[in-house]
Amino acid sequence: MEPLSNRKKVLEQKPMNFWERLYLPAIFQGMGITFMHMFKKKETIFYPEVEREFSENWRGLHSLKRDENGAERCTACGLCALSCPAEAITMIAGERQKGEEHLYREEKFAAVYEINMLRCIFCGLCEEACPKEAIYLDGPIVPSDYLRKDFIYGKDKLVEDPIKSI
Amino acid sequence: MEIALIIEKFILITVIFSVSLGVAAYSTLAERKIAGYLQDRVGPSRAGWGGMFQPLADGLKMFFKEEIIPAESSKALFILGPSLALLTACIGSAVIPWGQDVLIADRLVSLQVTDINVGILYIFGVVSLGVYGIMIGGWASNNKFSLMGAVRAASQSISYEIPMGLSIIALLLATNTLSMKEIAEQQHGANWNILYQPLGFIIFLVCSFAETNRTPFDLPECETELVGGYHTEYSGFKMGAFMFAEYLNMFLASAVMSTLYFGGYNYPGMDWVNEMAGPTIGPLIGMAVLFLKIFAFIFFFMWVRWTVPRFRYDQLMNLGWKILIPLAIANIVITGIVITFVDKL
Repeated sequence: MEPLSNRKKVLEQKPMNFWERLYLPAIFQGMGITFMHMFKKKETIFYPEVEREFSENWRGLHSLKRDENGAERCTACGLCALSCPAEAITMIAGERQKGEEHLYREEKFAAVYEINMLRCIFCGLCEEACPKEAIYLDGPIVPSDYLRKDFIYGKDKLVEDPIKSI
Repeated sequence: MEIALIIEKFILITVIFSVSLGVAAYSTLAERKIAGYLQDRVGPSRAGWGGMFQPLADGLKMFFKEEIIPAESSKALFILGPSLALLTACIGSAVIPWGQDVLIADRLVSLQVTDINVGILYIFGVVSLGVYGIMIGGWASNNKFSLMGAVRAASQSISYEIPMGLSIIALLLATNTLSMKEIAEQQHGANWNILYQPLGFIIFLVCSFAETNRTPFDLPECETELVGGYHTEYSGFKMGAFMFAEYLNMFLASAVMSTLYFGGYNYPGMDWVNEMAGPTIGPLIGMAVLFLKIFAFIFFFMWVRWTVPRFRYDQLMNLGWKILIPLAIANIVITGIVITFVDKL
C-alpha cells in the first residue's frame, strides 16, 4: 500500500546483548533518574491555603452584575436559560414597583434566579447570550457541599455585592 | 540470676516487638512520602506535622472498617491466613543480633533474643513459612483471583528460595558458621562480607525482593491482572494485617541483609568509639548504626518500587531459574576454589 505520509518508522528488534540482558545497568540508570526527581520542585498546590493561578478567561462561579448605580442588570429575558445546554438555569420574572428603580435597572427583573451547579458545565454560553451583560462566569471554583439541594444557587449567592458608595 | 535473665529477655522482646511494629507502621508513611517525592509530589502532609500521624489515622481507619467474610469461604482458614502472615513476619527478628553486649548495672546484657547456632536456618524457615499465610488466605477466599495470586506467591517463593539459599551457602563457606551473632562478630570494623561476596549479595538482594513480594516481583497482588491478588476478598483489619506483614517482612529482610552482608552493628572506627563511649553507650551507638543500615535498605526497597515496573510472570521465572540459580551455583564454585587456595597458602 502507498504510504500516506513518510512518518512511518520501521523499528528493528535486535536481540539484547549481554549487558542489556543483565537488567541491572538499566535499572540503576532508572533509579538515578527517579532519585534526581526527589530534589526537583514539587508540583503540589496546598489547595485550601494556596490557590492555583487561573488564566484570564477562566470560567468559574457565575455572578449577576450590577450597573454603575448598583441596580441589578438582569431583566429576566430568559436567553441564558434558553442557551444553556445543560438546562441548569431557571428564573421567575417579576415586575418592578415604583420606588425600586435603584434596585433594578429595567421594568422587569428576575424575582427568582437559580443555577444548579451540579448541572452547569461552565461552558459560558449564558455569558455570551446575555444582551444586558448581566451574567459573567468570573468567580472562584464552586465549593464542595454535602447535599444536592445546597448546589442550587439562588440570587443570594449569585448577585454580586453592591458597589460601595463611590 | 534466672529471674533477671527472664526479665531481661522479656524487656528485650517487648522492645524489639514494638520497635519492629513501629518501623513497619512508619514504613507505610515513608512509602507514601517517598513515592510522592520521587514523583514530584509531597505525599501525605495533613495529619500532624508533615503527616506524622498518618499511620495512626490509617490504622484507625482499618479498625473501623467493616470486616467482610465471604459466605462461600472457609472461615477458619480465612481468619488464619492474615494471622499467620503477621505472626511469621513478627517472629523472624528473634535471631537478629541488634548490637554488642551492653553493660547495664554491672551485667552484660545481650542485645539478641536468642543466639541459636542455626540462626540463618531459623530465618529461612520463618521466611518460607510466610508464604503459607498468603497461600491459606488466597485459597480460603474461594475466589479465582485470590487463588491465582496464592499460586503465584507459592511458585515465586519456591523459585526464589533456591538461589537465596545457594547464595547463603557461599556466604557460609566464607564465614564457617550458621550463627548470626558470630557472622556479625566476624565483620568487625569495616571487614564486611559484601567485600567478599558481592555477587552473592546481589543474588540475595534480588531474591529478598521476591520473598517480600515487593515490586518488581509483586505478582501475587498484581492489580492489573488479578484485581488484588491474594487479598482481593479481604477488608478491614485482616487486609491491614496482610499489608502490615509485608512491611514487617521488609524490615526483617533489611535487618538480615545488613547483618549478613553489611556488617550489622559494625562500622569503621568502632574500637575507638567504644573506648571513648564506654561499654554501655558504645554498643548502643552500634545499634544505631545497624538501624541506619536497615533504614537505608528500606529506602532502597521503596526507591526500587517506584522505579522499576512489575516483571511479567514468564520473565520472573526466567530470571529465577535460568539466571539467578546458575549464577548462585557459579558463586559457590568460585568461593570454594578461592577458599581452598587461600587456605593452602
